Amino acid sequence: MDLFSNLALGFGVALTPGNLLYAFIGCFFGTLIGVLPGIGPVATIAMLLPATFALPPVSALIMLAGIYYGAQYGGSTTSILVNLPGEASSVVTCIDGYQMARQGRAGPALATAALGSFFAGSVGVLMLAAFARPLTVLASKFGPAEYFSLMVLGLIGAVVLASGSLLKAIAMVVLGLLLGIVGTDVNSGVPRFSFGIPELIDGIGFVVIAMGIFGYGEIISNLGQSEGEREVFTSRVHHLFPTRQDLKAITPAVLRGTAMGSVLGVLPGGGALLGAFAAYAFEKKVPLKPAEIPFGQGNIRGVASPESANNAGAQTSFIPLLTLGIPPNAVMALMVGAMIIHNIQPGPQVMARNPELFWGLIASMWIGNLMLVILNLPLIGIWIKLLKVPYDFLFPAIVLFCAIGVFATNNNTFDVWMVAIFGFIGYVFIKLGCEPAPLLLGFILGPMMEENLRRALLLSLGDWSTFVTRPLSAGLLAAAILLLCIVLLPAVKTKREAAFTEE
Amino acid sequence: MKIESQKDFFSGLLFVGFGIAFTWGATTYKIGQADRMGPGYFPLMLGILLTVLGVLIVVKSVVVKTESGDKIGGWAWKALAYVLGANLAFGVLLGGLPSIGLPAAGLIAGIYVLTLIASLAGRRFGFRRALILATVLAALSYLAFVVLLKLQIPAWPAFIAG
Repeated sequence: MDLFSNLALGFGVALTPGNLLYAFIGCFFGTLIGVLPGIGPVATIAMLLPATFALPPVSALIMLAGIYYGAQYGGSTTSILVNLPGEASSVVTCIDGYQMARQGRAGPALATAALGSFFAGSVGVLMLAAFARPLTVLASKFGPAEYFSLMVLGLIGAVVLASGSLLKAIAMVVLGLLLGIVGTDVNSGVPRFSFGIPELIDGIGFVVIAMGIFGYGEIISNLGQSEGEREVFTSRVHHLFPTRQDLKAITPAVLRGTAMGSVLGVLPGGGALLGAFAAYAFEKKVPLKPAEIPFGQGNIRGVASPESANNAGAQTSFIPLLTLGIPPNAVMALMVGAMIIHNIQPGPQVMARNPELFWGLIASMWIGNLMLVILNLPLIGIWIKLLKVPYDFLFPAIVLFCAIGVFATNNNTFDVWMVAIFGFIGYVFIKLGCEPAPLLLGFILGPMMEENLRRALLLSLGDWSTFVTRPLSAGLLAAAILLLCIVLLPAVKTKREAAFTEE
Repeated sequence: MKIESQKDFFSGLLFVGFGIAFTWGATTYKIGQADRMGPGYFPLMLGILLTVLGVLIVVKSVVVKTESGDKIGGWAWKALAYVLGANLAFGVLLGGLPSIGLPAAGLIAGIYVLTLIASLAGRRFGFRRALILATVLAALSYLAFVVLLKLQIPAWPAFIAG
């Protein structure tokens, strides 16, 4: 079968010593930043991007992808042991995971998270491999109008998922789109909003925005918060393996989490976060067995399900990126940037033109998941030690790596000024309760949206109805409106608010 | 008129500000029409949309009641100044400032200065601790970025490296 020969090609690429090493480096850094609260995959990928310039594109993408799904593994460790989410997608894991740790069952909780993630990751990778071709076939039917509508759907999806006010999230998207079109207009050659500054003619670098807002903005906001009481359950991690009774409870939970995570990861705006929230909410609805510990008091299913879901979602969110060229979330938006730097235009043509890259990346994800189980179970002690390092030591190092990353991207001092400006803006946004992820997504999609809008209207001779008369485009827009309506329904609205305040 | 949500009120104003600035900027470029969009068309659309959204957020912030008042809270000026200051000092030391004739001092000097300034933003500052941290970071960065990754970053001051 076709799929198997493709996967064989992929494993051939992924199993070379060099690529194995880069997958390992990616997974290692992913786990590292996953464990550390206060730094996420977006800032890390932006930081390590310059280090990949000299690598072949496949190796670069393998490493950067490893950071994202590696962070899903590491995030659970901090949630369970410190009651602080290492990553946003592990927020719900805190609820039952930390309770388990308090009862001396940190070991089984960690093992459940890692094994559930591995199973879910493997399923996610298979989904990616299986759905890639049908979706690229669909993508070939897409014209500029469909692409524009798809991006609208993606941005609405991102907005719905942002915590807090819907209006503010939409405004952040629009601001992102505007920042994205700073620089030379490809059609007329006019430099827009560049104030005569030569460096701005090429546009604002996405590394600058990502690093400023997600790196510096976060650090400053963390330093501003008073350090809460932290109780770290580090000495009590023994007998990792779940009991037979645990295994019986987690198997169906892992399956449910994986299914929800995989499906929700593909949605525009989806990814690891949505899957984890939805899976936990769903798991709570599944009736308790007699004598089972209630949720919120250390039920092992409350760890198994969201941890499986976030990793499944992390893998399947690559589907829209690799098949349609549309990033569904902020991390994937950075991957678009990374691909462009390596001269690969993301979209349906990647599979045909760069099969070794496409299948190599997919195969490496499965290998990476295997590495992560090893990194996170037998070597758990290393990460626990890391949690004891005080933040006073960590943040200057993070500041330094951000600064080196920014400087090394273009080797100019101008970017360093820009990142200071965006660091300030990022902090202001955090203080004002505006979530920055939609801004980054808008920033990446800005130029693509303008180009597709322009082409669609050129083809329709300026008739805006082209977006609703072409069936595929109309369907995508209808889905976007439906999504907005669902969120605005009073019942869902209160639920959504409740879900985000549970943090 | 009472501001019900301080966060919403000021973020709304911020969006209105950005919206007006971009709208005004867009009108200085050729707008064109839908079938032949000029460079100003898309930014004009978005600029107006952003302004409208900003106004809606401001209106909502005075109309919709909140219990807490959604206060912004104190600003971490110290952290803000030291973290961004460290970053700026690093940039200056690495790239130099040709406009005032300051030569580049290189990565190692930059790391020491950045670590010391950034450490000031922490809750407890110890000069010796910061110095040890800087030395460790400098050694690691030299190894990782200069030796292994061979990034084009000057490691030593220009007058030593030549």
